[in-house]
Amino acid sequence: MFAEFIQYLFTGITIGATYALIALGFTLIYNSSHVINFAQGEFLMIGGMATVSFVGMGLPMPVSIVLAVLLAGVIGICLQRFAIAPAKKADVVTLIIITIGASIFIRGVAQLVWGKQYHVMKNFSTDKPIHAFGAVLNSQSFWVVGIGAILVVALVLFFSRTMTGKAILATSMNKDAARLVGIRTQMVLMLAFMLSALLGSIAGIIVAPITFTSYDIGIMLGLKGFVAAALGGLGSGVGAIVGGLLLGIVEAMTAGYISSDYKDAVAFSMILLVLFFMPRGLFGSRVVERV
Amino acid sequence: MLKNFLQMRLKGLVVLAVIVLLLPLFFNNPFHYDLATQIAIFAATVVGLNLLVGFAGQISLGHAGFFGVGAYFSAVMTGTYGWTPLPTMLVAAVVVALLAWLVGRPILKLKGHYLSMATLAMGFIIAIIINNEGWLTGGPDGMSVAPFSIFGWELSSFNQYSLFGIEFGGDVAWYFFAGFLLLVAVWIAENIIDSPIGRALRSVHGSEIAARVVGVDTSYYKSLVFVVSAVYASLMGSIYAHFSGFITPHLASFEQSIVLITMVVLGGMASTFGVILGAVVLKLLPQVLADFQELEMMMFGLILMLTMIFMPKGLFPTLQNKLAERKRKKSEEQA
Repeated sequence: MFAEFIQYLFTGITIGATYALIALGFTLIYNSSHVINFAQGEFLMIGGMATVSFVGMGLPMPVSIVLAVLLAGVIGICLQRFAIAPAKKADVVTLIIITIGASIFIRGVAQLVWGKQYHVMKNFSTDKPIHAFGAVLNSQSFWVVGIGAILVVALVLFFSRTMTGKAILATSMNKDAARLVGIRTQMVLMLAFMLSALLGSIAGIIVAPITFTSYDIGIMLGLKGFVAAALGGLGSGVGAIVGGLLLGIVEAMTAGYISSDYKDAVAFSMILLVLFFMPRGLFGSRVVERV
Repeated sequence: MLKNFLQMRLKGLVVLAVIVLLLPLFFNNPFHYDLATQIAIFAATVVGLNLLVGFAGQISLGHAGFFGVGAYFSAVMTGTYGWTPLPTMLVAAVVVALLAWLVGRPILKLKGHYLSMATLAMGFIIAIIINNEGWLTGGPDGMSVAPFSIFGWELSSFNQYSLFGIEFGGDVAWYFFAGFLLLVAVWIAENIIDSPIGRALRSVHGSEIAARVVGVDTSYYKSLVFVVSAVYASLMGSIYAHFSGFITPHLASFEQSIVLITMVVLGGMASTFGVILGAVVLKLLPQVLADFQELEMMMFGLILMLTMIFMPKGLFPTLQNKLAERKRKKSEEQA
């Protein structure tokens, strides 16, 4: 009984950590440009698929991972430069369609390069499961949670200790004022997209040994990240992490105790319910609409 | 001014009617009729969605859910329980209207991306239920649907009909029926747009707070237009189910919702004829790109992205502006 619960809890935290990283990517882009990037999930796909194919070329794992993350970063910058920046005066819906177009494009290219089949990535360390509290855990889960935690700490340090991080924060608070004190806001936007892509690709790489990877995994993962970000409150970093973990745990519990067919339905019902009572998510800031 | 405006509106409807009547001159096989019928049905759906997105400025990323409920309600009730198609379709529309009203009241309080999220979640829940309740809906394998009938007169793509001595196939009959429905859908939508309701909706789009200050009950109007657009989707969903004869849960999926909203945005928000153009383009594009095989997806994404970047207002309004500009330049040159 207890062992079962621990099992589901660990599964939930593992997948939740991934959701949290995707949600953080959403938050970064949302804060700096108020765009909801529906291509966010594709960064995870690129991370996982590129790593698999670099390893397939005979490169060692760590080198492959670094190359894959860099590739995602470059694609993130291109997305901002060539798709979002030229359309800055467009409506919210138009921007949504642009990012959807971008995600279909990226998926189309991935399908050409890597084919339609599933790709398998090896665990970072041992393939042997780990027994704890009567539950059987995949060793990769520890990598996911550990790297997720390290990334969060790194982000906090980046935003509080470095000039670049502070420039991004300043731009997200007030773009005009940021420009007045000499921050190059266009650079900041590109940086935000790049960081978001880096986060996404790392999430995609660390979770790939558990879930496998294929050209179309980005759609659902991206949507889950959006759910997590909205759950926590768009624009809130803490919200993204809490929202991601909460979503992962609720999904795992539903799949374990109720029905795995309905785990997504429960996740989406939860976001509806939260939004009914807290229209700006759990940690969202109140914004006054100007007339 | 008003007379001018009315004339312009009628002119649009007449042009559309002429197009619907003359198009078959270019058709030479049943596939063309089939595709054109599909386009007409989807065009009518997005004419309704446009009221919500284009005029009231509210985003829905879950509209295929309503389309799916209409389609499956008709399919299950006529197939499993032997109801007659036309009344079933109307009952389905009432059910969807109630559903949209219930969900719409709390959802439409949300703004911007939170509204996108909530409508997306609603659509997903509907799609998941249709997918999982296989005993009722056939699950992922889909289910077959009885042909449509109006007062005992059966309309099926496989039948042969004769009218005034002219023999024609069921596909032709379906095409003209769907074209007629599209015209009715446009006529109703245009009337809503020019009514006090339409003005209220546009005021909501401009600024919701300002609208409330001048006494517009914004949440009532938003729910109303949400219900109207959901009913459009439900009716067309029922029609589509009877037309195609076989439906799968894909009809209610998130991808389908995205297709619907893309038709609106690509064609031109707040332009009834624009969104029809959007439906035409989005349905024809995959046919054209199919020749490119594995390049299809990439090219589709690229075209979608580039069109929206360079024509953020949509195809129809951009072309309209270009034409107007050229006209003005010409008259300037003459002067």
